[in-house]
Amino acid sequence: MSAALEVNNIEVVYHHTIQVLRGLSLAVPEGEIVALLGSNGAGKSTTLKAISGFLPLENGALASGSIRFDGRDISRTPPHRLVRRGLFQVMEGRRVFEDLTVEDNLRVASYALSGRGEAPLPFDAVYEYFPLLRALHRQRAGYLSGGEQQMLAIGRALVARPRMLLLDEPSLGLAPKLVEEIFGIIRRINRERKVSMLLVEQNAAMALSLASYGYIIENGRIVIDGPAERLMADRDVKEFYLGLGSAGRTRSYRDVKHYRRRKRWLS
Amino acid sequence: MEYFLEVSLVGLAVGGVYALIALGYVLVYKTTRVVNFAHGNIMMFGAYFFYTFAALLGLHWALAVVLTLVASAALGAGIERVVLRPLLGRPAISVVMVTVGLAAVLHGAAQMIWTPGDFFLPSIFPDAPIIIGEMFIPSNTGYGFLVALAAILIFLVLFRFTRSGVAMRATAADQVAASSMGVNVPAMFRLAWIYAALSAAIAGIVVGSITTLNPTMGLIGLSVLAVVILGGLDSIPGAILAGLIIGWLEALTGFYLGGAYKDVIPFVVLIVILMIRPYGLFGTPEIERL
Repeated sequence: MSAALEVNNIEVVYHHTIQVLRGLSLAVPEGEIVALLGSNGAGKSTTLKAISGFLPLENGALASGSIRFDGRDISRTPPHRLVRRGLFQVMEGRRVFEDLTVEDNLRVASYALSGRGEAPLPFDAVYEYFPLLRALHRQRAGYLSGGEQQMLAIGRALVARPRMLLLDEPSLGLAPKLVEEIFGIIRRINRERKVSMLLVEQNAAMALSLASYGYIIENGRIVIDGPAERLMADRDVKEFYLGLGSAGRTRSYRDVKHYRRRKRWLS
Repeated sequence: MEYFLEVSLVGLAVGGVYALIALGYVLVYKTTRVVNFAHGNIMMFGAYFFYTFAALLGLHWALAVVLTLVASAALGAGIERVVLRPLLGRPAISVVMVTVGLAAVLHGAAQMIWTPGDFFLPSIFPDAPIIIGEMFIPSNTGYGFLVALAAILIFLVLFRFTRSGVAMRATAADQVAASSMGVNVPAMFRLAWIYAALSAAIAGIVVGSITTLNPTMGLIGLSVLAVVILGGLDSIPGAILAGLIIGWLEALTGFYLGGAYKDVIPFVVLIVILMIRPYGLFGTPEIERL
């Protein structure tokens, strides 16, 4: 099994001074979904930005380490070139073009296929995954609901026929029912279109139910990784990320142990 | 009353040219969020290019127009590459200040290259005035309006309906997101500057035909900036409507109140309208979802 994406020991520094990632490594095997979990500020989004080449925009830089996509080093490739090679990022907060219609939003994504000699995925195929968007295709994207905008954001990715998707918190700010629907579609895209995915999430339970492998990031480095089932069974992961701590028990001495365990992780 | 119609018509014709100049501001602002204070002087350069090709080199006017467009596009692309590209990601105000400096540089360059004297552009429009019923519109103004109108329509179609137009609007809305979708953002900026320089060149030829050509012609660009603000900096329909309004008001006040008021009344109206609609007639406040 070859890795579509390989991140090797990267360090990321913002403004030349603030170190955010400290020797982070991960790999996404071809055709699989890998989850990257962690709390706020752990470095999940920074990891994605390092991969997709958006660090320079925020005055960040890759200080060391390498990132390989399909075996080629991509740490210096500008974002629009990466997309054209098939590495598509669905950014946090959906980022639809508010003044453009739904259809024009999809049309912009066809730029991802420049120079690849492939036709963009017909919009009809996108609407098959998201029937709601078909009815709204002449609407301005700014007037869509949050869920519809997330569908549009993923729809744009589909148009681009990506080989690999980086998904940054697709569940952010959505009702639980919608989250379930969107994750169902993400799973379908992975299976039907053979798209490898790196899924960044705070909703760990949802992400691990989808992924085959997971990494947990704390303070800019990976603290646990393993196959999704093993992570879901792990005592620490259960308690810190899945909210399934041994409920109902007295919490006196355990709280202290909890603190110590937490501390061991962070050191 | 017959004068009113005639004066109005001439005013609207001039307003059409204002609208074309305004369009250049809007194209650059919409895509790059920069108010380009050098736009008037880019227009002035367009007029000088035409003068050089048509008068100094004595080429046929049609060929001279084509060469002028090519030279202006190169000027626009050059400015974007040399002056603006290094400032990518800097605060908008720094970039705007640089365009103010650029305006001075272009002004000085025109004086050095072509001397500060007055020139007349070779006439490209028929000599006979346009006569509609009893009304009489000077040839340069009338045909100039038609040219401006045609140019505006072409740019409108390019921006609205072509794939690169959609990408330009996407870049205008969210540069990072556009780039994450494979749009080459610096290339879009270059395209916006080229479109703006092309529209400026056409406007320069028309304005140069109506008035005389000298290095202060760029100042018209500044008064058109008021038009742009009236229309709403990021609205193409707004720029067109505002151009027509200002041209019309100028003509009316010039005719009924005398030339001294011509430059004042339209701006009084501008201030009043902006007090009521601070975003301009069609400028977009942010979309708010309810």
